[in-house]
Amino acid sequence: MAEVQQKESGDGKKGKPKKMHIHVDFTPMVDMNMLLITFFMLCTTLKKPQTMEISMPSNDKNITEEDQTKVAASRAITILLGGQDKVYYYSGQPDYTDYQTLSETTFGADGLRAVLQDRNREIVTQLEDLKKEKLETGMTDEDFNKKASEIKNVKTAPVVMIKGSDASTYKNLIDALDEMHLCGISKYAIVDITEGDQFLIDNYESKGALSSQIDTSKL
Amino acid sequence: MPRVKVKRKSTLIDMTAMSDVTVLLLTFFMLTSTFVQKEPVQVNTPDSVSEIKIPETDILQILIDQDGKIYMSLDRPADKAAVLEDVAAQYGMELTAEEISKFRTLPTFGTPIAKMKSFLALTSDQQDKALKGEVNGITAGIPCDTTKNAEGFDDKNEVKVWVKSARAANGNLRIAIKAAAGTPYPTIRNLMTSLQDIRENRYNLITNLKNIKEEERVVIK
Repeated sequence: MAEVQQKESGDGKKGKPKKMHIHVDFTPMVDMNMLLITFFMLCTTLKKPQTMEISMPSNDKNITEEDQTKVAASRAITILLGGQDKVYYYSGQPDYTDYQTLSETTFGADGLRAVLQDRNREIVTQLEDLKKEKLETGMTDEDFNKKASEIKNVKTAPVVMIKGSDASTYKNLIDALDEMHLCGISKYAIVDITEGDQFLIDNYESKGALSSQIDTSKL
Repeated sequence: MPRVKVKRKSTLIDMTAMSDVTVLLLTFFMLTSTFVQKEPVQVNTPDSVSEIKIPETDILQILIDQDGKIYMSLDRPADKAAVLEDVAAQYGMELTAEEISKFRTLPTFGTPIAKMKSFLALTSDQQDKALKGEVNGITAGIPCDTTKNAEGFDDKNEVKVWVKSARAANGNLRIAIKAAAGTPYPTIRNLMTSLQDIRENRYNLITNLKNIKEEERVVIK
């Protein structure tokens, strides 16, 4: 709506050009804009979802024994995801007769993260140094990533196996993968849980009550 | 005493500046935001520290709800039509052109292929209900059964068939799994093994951003 306001020139003499005062009322425009803003605010999202990239090994049956990487027991850590957000771990080969071969921990900063960073101490400190260097020298992201992966891929780096039990949830898996990211572990795998691992959890929960049931002749 | 004359003031407020502000805000919202995708089920994704953003196009999203029901969505309508025709042909189904064009406009699908015909015949309201499993005769979720039959094939695993033909229709496709935080692990494991079986070894897991304190990042001294 555009109003054309006419200013009274007092005596109203003819012949004198009238002073025009043009004023456009923007109120309806503002109303409409507000409506549109409300619509956009309600119907859209600003945040783009984050994502985690993950590559699984191929489970091709034709892969020979030689192709499979054998992991030294000293470097291997197995994380078992239990029910009710519980998490257990053991390193190397477990001792099935002793329930304390398994240790329980939490997903918190002083739980699994402390354990893994302690095991991976060398790499974590190197990565921290690299980060500081990046801040000081203004290294490009490309260089940084290259150097970081060099550090992570040393031969002595620990290898983590993540095994989820039937009682665990998707959140547990994501939390475990998060820890891999934070602890600078580049070699990890999501592996199916075995009967033995499930037994370890059950045995730990019952504080060794199941140890007597082990058929020692089969070990 | 003469009265003080009160000057009559116009109550008109100049809205031009206000209009400027609102137009700016509107432009900002239009440019930065993306529309919320219609999803049949509410899914709360878990939090993670990963900061990679998901690409916007060529996405095959596999949606898994709390109960383990699997849904899928493709972003390109042309791909969708091609995929449906391919899958239908594999199951020996004849679909009319009308049914295919209806499928093109679907945001998400998630019914066994045998029920696809009756699902597409429903109205859009009813389709939403069917995806929640509230319509009789139509089970919600794409079957992902990894048990093998006598010949050693898992012919009940329709997820594999869908993903395979989606890959055939678009080679640049990225698979994104969006699962609820409380999804039981066996469902995820089934899906992962199914994807491994068809050699889809790289995929993205959609999460929310979790902020952790800088001092909690490295806990060792």
